[in-house]
Amino acid sequence: MALAMVKPVAAATVEQPRNAMVSIDSVTMSFGTFVAVENVDLTVADGEFLAIVGPTGCGKSTILNAIAGLLKPSGGRVSIDGNPVSGIQNDIGYLFQQDALLPWKTAIENVELGLLFKGVATAERRERSMMWLAKVGLKGFEQRYPHQLSGGQRKRVQMAQALITGPKVILMDEPFSALDIHTRHLMQNELLRLWQEERRAVVMITHDLEEAIALGDRVAVLAAGPRSRVIDSFDVDLARPRDVAEIKLDPRFMDLYRNIWASLRGEVEKSYERRD
Amino acid sequence: MNVATERLIQLGLLVAILGGWQLGVSTGVIDVFFFPAPVDIFNQIVSWVIDPSFYRHVTITLTETVLGYVIGTGLGVAAGVWLGLSRSAARILDPFIKGLNAIPRVVLAPIFVLWLGLGLWSKVALAVTLVFFITFFNAMQGVREVNPVVLANARILGAKRSELLRHVYFPAAASWILSSLRTSVGFAVVGAIIGEYLGASAGLGYLIAQAEGNFDAVGVFAGIIILAVFVLVIDRVLDVVENRLIKWRPNTAEEKTA
Repeated sequence: MALAMVKPVAAATVEQPRNAMVSIDSVTMSFGTFVAVENVDLTVADGEFLAIVGPTGCGKSTILNAIAGLLKPSGGRVSIDGNPVSGIQNDIGYLFQQDALLPWKTAIENVELGLLFKGVATAERRERSMMWLAKVGLKGFEQRYPHQLSGGQRKRVQMAQALITGPKVILMDEPFSALDIHTRHLMQNELLRLWQEERRAVVMITHDLEEAIALGDRVAVLAAGPRSRVIDSFDVDLARPRDVAEIKLDPRFMDLYRNIWASLRGEVEKSYERRD
Repeated sequence: MNVATERLIQLGLLVAILGGWQLGVSTGVIDVFFFPAPVDIFNQIVSWVIDPSFYRHVTITLTETVLGYVIGTGLGVAAGVWLGLSRSAARILDPFIKGLNAIPRVVLAPIFVLWLGLGLWSKVALAVTLVFFITFFNAMQGVREVNPVVLANARILGAKRSELLRHVYFPAAASWILSSLRTSVGFAVVGAIIGEYLGASAGLGYLIAQAEGNFDAVGVFAGIIILAVFVLVIDRVLDVVENRLIKWRPNTAEEKTA
């Protein structure tokens, strides 16, 4: 079947051996007696964009929170760049699904927060925040409060806020799922552009398989919860830079989509059965 | 209906009420012993306002109100933020707080007089007990309702505990706290006035109590009106302060951009 269509990465594109930036070793996340994910093993190389897809309620977000140090795994261990994660991590950037901007701070005040907490001097902070706001296309919106910005603009501010500190790892929890489809494409391209400038390890959670393939270097499929685990992993050998809207017409994109969907579909169905 | 007509109707109502009242008094329908003529009340107010010694009373009541207000809201915000952050402390202290809050504050007035004497501080203490709980409950609620995503974001961006307080908890609780600050003003005045009313040698409450003791309805009414104006002025000041502090809220900002 179409499974055989996944081609090996084109001559491995002369890749240098990349060290593991994030490693998750047999991590189990449980809340009381409820086990969200069990024995998850994942490694994200430096500069690699990993997309994790899975049916709703399979515990995708808990994995991100374990990497961020917001939640403590009940088993196994997580490490970033060789250092075990314990407590909140400060060399990560986290792009939330919801509005995570501080509503009482202007766009520029929001962007400079990470630098402020790191103790960077005011003048440098301002300069770098202005630069980042310009980078995400929000020059002239510095003094706006979040409620005065559109959903897409708020996402841009959030991106600048998460990336300004130059984090080693960027975590994204369905970052664009609340946006309308056109804005979403724009933001996805924007994200790819920013990431391409300075490649960092990315772990992105999504339920949108198209988004996962269009953005990721690799797509990991999670089983239906509870006791979810990684059941499959696919390398995405599509050339970069990519255009999110156009790449969907690429035949190789469609092959990948078919293959991954074949794996994901069963889990989605299972998760629906369990819910009814 | 446009603003001008509304204002006109408001003015008309005022004239009708006061005019009817005055007319009732002059035709003898209304007994001046219980409802003194508006003109007399007005004259009483004027004679107070032009009398320098009157300002001693105002100053004393104002001092009591402001002290009670500042101390009460300060303690309320501090305790509210603390208990909002520490769930276990909140659980332990909950029955005590509820118990204290259940006491009708007026009955405390004689005790405060006993403890602190007839001077300023017994009134301040009464105002504090009234103001404290309002700000306390609001501050606690405000801190508890901090958006968990915003909080997680700030922590990941590297905020330490003191920075979280300053950049997340306080601003998030600010609108709750400020709305309680508005309500508290009235209560601070009530505390001061009741305290003076029950035992004092000066203050607006004392003036009213004295007028009442002489069956001087004119003085009582004049005192009431002066108190109302007193509260309105403080309320107006807070209005300005609130708009200065919370400029990120949608409603205030839209007025600005419009």
